[in-house]
Amino acid sequence: MSSDHYAPTIQPAELADVEARLARTWADPPGFLGWLMTVDHKRIGRRYIVTAMVFFVLGGLLALAMRTQLARPESGLMGPDRYNQLFSMHGSTMMFLFAVPVMEAVAVYIVPLMAGTRNISFPRLNAFSYWIYLCGGVTIFVAFLLDIGPEAGWFAYVPLSSSAYSPGKRTDFWAQLITFTEVAALAVAVELVATILKQRAPGMTLGRMPLFLWAMLVTSFMVIFAMPAVMLASSFLISDRLVGTQFFNVAEGGDALLWQHLFWFFGHPEVYIIFIPALGMISTIVATFSRRPVFAYPYMVLALIATGFLAFGLWVHHMFATGLPHLGNSFYTAASITIALPSAVQIFAWIATIWSGRPRFATPLLFVIGFLAIFVLGGLTGVMVASVPLDLQLHDTYFVVAHFHYVLIGGAVFPLFGAFYYWFPKITGRLLDETLGKWNFWLFFVGFNVTFFPMHYLGLIGMPRRVYTYPPGLGWDLWNLVATIGAYLIAISALLFVFNVIRSLRSGARAGDDPWQAPDLEWATSSPPPPHNFTYLPIVQSAEPLWHSDEIPVVRGATGDKREVLLTSAVEAAPGIRWQMPEPSLWPLVSALALTVLFIWSVFSPWGVVWGAIPVAIALTFWFWPSKSEQSE
Amino acid sequence: MRPAPWIAVVALPLAGCAGVQSALDPAGDEAATIGDIWHLMLGVCGFMFALTMLFLAWAIVRGRRAREADAEARHEPALSLALHGWIALVVAGLAVLAIASFLVDRRLLAPATDVLRVRVTGMQWWWRVEYPSDDPGRTLVTANELHLPVDRTSEIELRTEDVIHSLWIPNLAGKLDLVPGRVNTLRVTPRRIGGFRGQCAEFCGLDHAWMALDVRVESADAFEAWRQRHLAPAKPPLSAGEREGAQLFVQKPCVMCHAIRGSDAAASTGPDLTHFASRATLGAGARPLTREALAMWLADPNRIKPGVHMPAVPMTAAERDRLVDYLMSLE
Repeated sequence: MSSDHYAPTIQPAELADVEARLARTWADPPGFLGWLMTVDHKRIGRRYIVTAMVFFVLGGLLALAMRTQLARPESGLMGPDRYNQLFSMHGSTMMFLFAVPVMEAVAVYIVPLMAGTRNISFPRLNAFSYWIYLCGGVTIFVAFLLDIGPEAGWFAYVPLSSSAYSPGKRTDFWAQLITFTEVAALAVAVELVATILKQRAPGMTLGRMPLFLWAMLVTSFMVIFAMPAVMLASSFLISDRLVGTQFFNVAEGGDALLWQHLFWFFGHPEVYIIFIPALGMISTIVATFSRRPVFAYPYMVLALIATGFLAFGLWVHHMFATGLPHLGNSFYTAASITIALPSAVQIFAWIATIWSGRPRFATPLLFVIGFLAIFVLGGLTGVMVASVPLDLQLHDTYFVVAHFHYVLIGGAVFPLFGAFYYWFPKITGRLLDETLGKWNFWLFFVGFNVTFFPMHYLGLIGMPRRVYTYPPGLGWDLWNLVATIGAYLIAISALLFVFNVIRSLRSGARAGDDPWQAPDLEWATSSPPPPHNFTYLPIVQSAEPLWHSDEIPVVRGATGDKREVLLTSAVEAAPGIRWQMPEPSLWPLVSALALTVLFIWSVFSPWGVVWGAIPVAIALTFWFWPSKSEQSE
Repeated sequence: MRPAPWIAVVALPLAGCAGVQSALDPAGDEAATIGDIWHLMLGVCGFMFALTMLFLAWAIVRGRRAREADAEARHEPALSLALHGWIALVVAGLAVLAIASFLVDRRLLAPATDVLRVRVTGMQWWWRVEYPSDDPGRTLVTANELHLPVDRTSEIELRTEDVIHSLWIPNLAGKLDLVPGRVNTLRVTPRRIGGFRGQCAEFCGLDHAWMALDVRVESADAFEAWRQRHLAPAKPPLSAGEREGAQLFVQKPCVMCHAIRGSDAAASTGPDLTHFASRATLGAGARPLTREALAMWLADPNRIKPGVHMPAVPMTAAERDRLVDYLMSLE
């Protein structure tokens, strides 16, 4: 802990004493067992990020295989069975194992630091969330390698995904992947809401809260409201397949479109669940590198909240071609077009911030500028597909593939890479290399556009999605080849990033506490932060605490002998009570493993739910067994 | 016969502009109407994109020059004014697009007179096409080809017998799904005589890529002539080879799935083959229909269309030749 942010009234001897006590109190048990038992949000956040990036690479490799197959018409590289598994796995991996988890993973690491607290709320639940996520991801990839991976797409429309048209266990594994990842995502969402609303540093009122925290608050509420819809849908699907219910069977009075409603009621907010955290990252990076606060802060907050609400009102634009009543469709056109407004406001505010600031064009800001160029284009094609009649031409074509890669890679992955360059020094204590970073950016930017821009045209000239091959002579050959070349450029860029990370971990420049002269609290502690995050909890007096005072006032008085965090009020962040945090524990891991057994067992037999519940109950009982040291104050 | 690769590189993008499966080359009212809103969207969105990129470029250029601490508060009122102007502009642009979209949607729903009714049923992975008549004996059944008269509105009833499919003929209209338990109606009013290609646009399983529809827009007379020809039962086999093939067709499992009107084959699980030889493609667009392709198909349909539900029927090469003789005679 660097002492220079603290009031000079604290004597060095006292500081050293408190630091030692805190380090002892918050330390994990040593060794591998400690690694398994940890409830430290930084260790869990780190492994969450690394795991999500591994799945990003795997999902990218699946995409490369698909692009290689599509480089030529009637390519014999693979048949439809393999290809369908590839695109189903690619979509499922990128959505469920990369995009949502990686955003939550960064938040798990950064949010408590930015809020100025010692750990995330419900830290054992946090550990459990990671393990269940890891088990889910490993399960689906093992299934894929055993040739029982999903084959009905990441959207798994019924009746194609029903047992009649998708026999075997492939779709059951897909449906259970959903259960795994939803449990993990919901757990983190609850932790983040509690952390952001109840654990902010004293004085960090809602009006002073960094935009990244706002973004994660909105995202977490969206997760809580959106995920149950898809869990319901996948549970219906599993029970249709496993125990013969008829939710989706038209012949027995079920409804095929019910699936689409439930899936997209989750699926569209899902896109914003991925995108809104990125908006928070962008605001953070833009402010730091423009050396001024983000312009129009109240508008930015309102834009985030408006996006969160509107995102739930436009799922039907995925279903314009299903033949729903036209008047209803028009409502969803209006809602889908309206959501462009909050994005437009934010884009203006970021550019205005750069315009009126003194920008440093370091790699994080480069990625944000790349985001602006790509995302604006993707947002505008989004306005196009929101129109019912136009969507009837564009829906399920490569135009849509281009559109959503522009908004998801442009809107989320570019900011995410910017965030990596930005927060890597905080997490590791070392800076990523800037020269490699610029190469990384430019290769990604060029490769991305070479890959996805031609797809707009491919869709317009008639190429549908999800085809494993296509006949020559339709004018699609050249642009498919170009897109494939672009995909390899992206792969090179990703390799460069991995190389940069490995090299910088070993020999990168030392970062110090605050290499970017940033305004937020995570930079008020050492890099990497100690287990207890802050020796003294900071008190916040402005929206950019590190910019407005050389010394941060701190909370004093606690001895540091207990694992305690300070709870503050939700709006004003007035200090309330001290709250005892749980100790490290092995039971979250055991519970996750027991639940994994239940989930996999239930793929094969409904009795798995019954017998599998017993070990889960035992593990949870031990997890929540009160220990003598635990008492609330 | 293959053109040099460089010709392909130059010609293909151009070919796309006038493609047989392109939304950019409307050949019917519905596609042209959607083309209007596409052009409006392209104009408005292109303008907004250019405006945003100009502002971004200005911010970057200005930022590169800014050295000293700029009195940022000085710009705040101007930026605030610009933000409100921007919001007004975006709201106006979005309102124009939303209203235009609504009006175009209404235009697509305007009632039509003298409508030709067609029924298309989707199956993994082919299309049954029917031209119903009040007299059941006059209902025309075919597969994977859709003939339409020019300058007349056709209403295509869409049904599915298995999973969800989506009928998309981009030159003529937007796509519409075939949903179990529902009947959707796609309206097309072709304005140009010619051949177009439709394709299934909703992922429907293994052979989603090979579920194409050969669309022929013809003059009213040519369409009527085609319909009369195809209402007639199959041509009886003439040569000895054809007769032997016809025998084989009803002796082998072929008859379990296919119909050939005028013969004993009357099943409807697979495509109707009454006028099979007049079609342009085999396996719903998987190959151009030739004797060689058909022989290969009969030997093992999976080699041409992996995953297809039609099994490889055991038979000798000679038997296969006779069957090809017969099927290729069904003009």
